[in-house]
Amino acid sequence: MKTLRDILEEGQVMAQHRPWPRAVVGEDSWQQAIRLLQEEQCTLLGLWGENEVVHLALIDAQGKEPAILSFECEDGSFPSIGRAHAPAIRLERALRDLSGLDPEGLTDARAWLDHGKWPVDHPLGQARPAEAKRKPKPYAFLPAEGESLHEIPVGPVHAGIIEPGHFRFSASGETIVRLEERLGYVHKGIESLLARQTIERAALLAGRVSGDSTVAYALAFARAIEAAYGAEVPVRALWLRALMGELERLANHFGDIGAICNDAAFAMLHAHCGLLREQVLRTADSCFGHRLMMDRVVPGGVRADLPREGARMIGGLLAQVRDSFPELMEMYDNTASLKDRTVGTGLLSAKLARQFGAGGCVGRASGRAFDARRTPGYPPYDQLEFEVPVLEAGDVNARIWIRKREIEQSLVMIEQILRELPSGPVCAALSMQPGAGEGVALVEGFRGDILAWVSTAADGRIARCHLRDPSWFQWPLLEAAIEGNIVADFPLCNKSFNCSYSGHDL
Amino acid sequence: MRRMIFKSLVHGPLTETAPAADDAALAELAAQVNVVARRRLGRTLSIREVDAGSCNGCELEIHALNNVLYDLERFGLRFVASPRHADVLLVTGPVTLNMREALERTYQATPQPKWVVAVGDCARDGGVFAGSYACVGGVGAVLPVDLHISGCPPAPLALLKGLLALLDSAERGSSAAI
Ligand code: SF4
Repeated sequence: MKTLRDILEEGQVMAQHRPWPRAVVGEDSWQQAIRLLQEEQCTLLGLWGENEVVHLALIDAQGKEPAILSFECEDGSFPSIGRAHAPAIRLERALRDLSGLDPEGLTDARAWLDHGKWPVDHPLGQARPAEAKRKPKPYAFLPAEGESLHEIPVGPVHAGIIEPGHFRFSASGETIVRLEERLGYVHKGIESLLARQTIERAALLAGRVSGDSTVAYALAFARAIEAAYGAEVPVRALWLRALMGELERLANHFGDIGAICNDAAFAMLHAHCGLLREQVLRTADSCFGHRLMMDRVVPGGVRADLPREGARMIGGLLAQVRDSFPELMEMYDNTASLKDRTVGTGLLSAKLARQFGAGGCVGRASGRAFDARRTPGYPPYDQLEFEVPVLEAGDVNARIWIRKREIEQSLVMIEQILRELPSGPVCAALSMQPGAGEGVALVEGFRGDILAWVSTAADGRIARCHLRDPSWFQWPLLEAAIEGNIVADFPLCNKSFNCSYSGHDL
Repeated sequence: MRRMIFKSLVHGPLTETAPAADDAALAELAAQVNVVARRRLGRTLSIREVDAGSCNGCELEIHALNNVLYDLERFGLRFVASPRHADVLLVTGPVTLNMREALERTYQATPQPKWVVAVGDCARDGGVFAGSYACVGGVGAVLPVDLHISGCPPAPLALLKGLLALLDSAERGSSAAI
């Protein structure tokens, strides 16, 4: 069987693409790549369309050698990957909606992001006005058959303060037999807005794909642009980016642990974790001038340097966390009524996590050790000391525990950053190197790995930019994890996954 | 756990003192809120949050209003699960076309009298998403908006000031009518 490297060698390698190789391949190689995915020699990282070309991003099983294969659709179609490899199904349905390219052989003919409400069809491809009298068809949910099954429709407007999406449960009494998600409600057309945009405006958009991961998205976008331009970033900026990224991780993990406990009606931990989250955000605000640190990471560096009192303020935050967090987790661990809800609930098998390439806590709680900070890796993480915690249990409890251990790792990293922060400038002007043009980056947000891909036009503007949220490979797994659980445990499981709606819908 | 409960008892509340209501918001409301409607509500408002396409940044800060430092409920403001229980719809996002119908139906399900508060820059005019084929571009294009709270996202304190202004005007309405 051919390896990814063989396939690349057979293809036509594009010199303007960095830092990973990109090759245009023919149908044979495309089919070989599908086999690599099917047999878990490679993991799917992304799939998107650009004009009449489909790009497939994948990485070898060791997580070390990522690459992009491009297929030129001569008749507006390409051999479906989702047909043989389930993780690609929703990506292909979205690609068909947006670009109009047809995944040949894909059995699911339903639209995914296009709910029949937009004024255009295929906004990213050969856009054409939507047929005026076209009535949105009712969405055909997959049927569940059996005696005394009932359906529970939930959403898009939910009971809590959360994002919109629709969940269709088929239940037998209390037990969930099938869950089917329907997403796309918050589709904002971000990728169309990104096209022909200046780098500055595009960076604002990239930072608003999923607000909770704004630092990670801004970083992914910036790194992709820097790769495309062949630009160097000052070292101090690299370290400050990592500092912001870890603060973002802390804030989100605190929030998530509290919210999961709250969904099991344990309000006390929610209150304490909420306090810690708020303290992280306030520290971020005093250090970088924005509570979520939006628009602080920009192509070329960072826009806000750490003020002189910054190290002291963050030091104070760390001391506070170290003082109270262990006690909170001890309380979690010793509260039998709470653990009764989390242990053994929402099991995700290691096999599915591996097959879907689930990132973040979801993957790491089910035995998948991948972390983009480590492999393929990016600076300054090669100089920071940290562990990637992995558990095998795959239940809600394991996902809480991974978050707890990641918090501990982030604390250690932040301490090291404060100790060893290099001095110097924090931003460099961007100028395009000759022969450059396309860039890609993989960045570890709190939710998992975010893929950013850009191609730039000759005038330096964006030609096409694709941003892939980690949720794409986690949402489908929630459907699997919830099977056989009771309806009342859904909020708990959903929170323990905490997928992004906005990041997924774009 | 006992130790933590004890610590909380002797420590006293962490909740911070309330900010004053926002002047600009008061002015915007004075022009819009119907006096008769205000009388019925007294000093409490139930809020239903609707995400109409936000990036989820605004939701994070709305969530923060419930943490111990801001403690929204002490003002008589609380989040409810159903629009049928709500007086106020707190709407975020540039109103995506895919969410428009759900937003309108949520509004219709909310009993009179009701207010609509548009939260965040994209709820005002679409913000960075303005001009997209997939967005209406602002809550005002779909529902009558009583109050805008700006920011991307507005910090909890800004949200609190806006909501307190809403509460103030509701209360003044009832006393003025007495
Ligand atoms: S105003 Fe800003 S934070 Fe709020 S939803 Fe819009 S982009 Fe996100």
